[in-house]
Amino acid sequence: MLKIPQSAYISLRQHGEETYPHECCGVLLGRFEDDGSKTVSHVARCGNMREDSPHNRYSIDPKELIRIQREGRERGEDIVGFYHSHPDHPAQWSTTDLAEAHWFGCSYVITRVEKSAATITNSFELTGSDEGDKKFVDERTDMV
Amino acid sequence: MPQIHIPSPLRQYSGKQASVDVPARTVGEALAGLVSLHPDLKRHLYNDDGKLRAFVNVYVNDEDMRYLQKEATALKDGDTISIVPSIAGGCCVII
Repeated sequence: MLKIPQSAYISLRQHGEETYPHECCGVLLGRFEDDGSKTVSHVARCGNMREDSPHNRYSIDPKELIRIQREGRERGEDIVGFYHSHPDHPAQWSTTDLAEAHWFGCSYVITRVEKSAATITNSFELTGSDEGDKKFVDERTDMV
Repeated sequence: MPQIHIPSPLRQYSGKQASVDVPARTVGEALAGLVSLHPDLKRHLYNDDGKLRAFVNVYVNDEDMRYLQKEATALKDGDTISIVPSIAGGCCVII
């Protein structure tokens, strides 16, 4: 389960509206709870490095991620997930999303943005033990 | 002693440690030392040919080691190594 403050939820959806028709992307920081859930306390917006195909691909600069990770560490936060948008496409993970996902146990939040308006937002947790058996599992999202 | 930051998905293989101090003079030595301390990390960092997996980025402080001297990059006390699996994706097929 992903627990996320309403303000963070609104922020990541707005990001997708602002970058439409391109994909947005960002990082969810917070805490892994003992019960297996994740609590988000901070959303960090990132630039989309995929300038060759920003309408249907995204990539986060590792250098930007290291900075976000360091700033989160100083606040006592960990990286618990990521988000991106699918402009005019369903809020479902794609084969590309799965192939490019490597952060096991983290949440991958996807928002469908239709004609500049965020509609559905879904979260998926990357599960499995390695690249060979990884899969996305639907994940409940609760506002906190 | 250089410090290696372990990303959250790999901490289950590093004794749940978020960072590991490894005595090393180069990045290659640091990674070898890390894998020696925590052997279960190896298959997640390296492919069957013994090369770092393509999606595993290794940064020395704020620099990608691929643009330094790769595994031969020299380290000094206080240097930080970050292991950062890539983050990418996107919808549908490319049109």
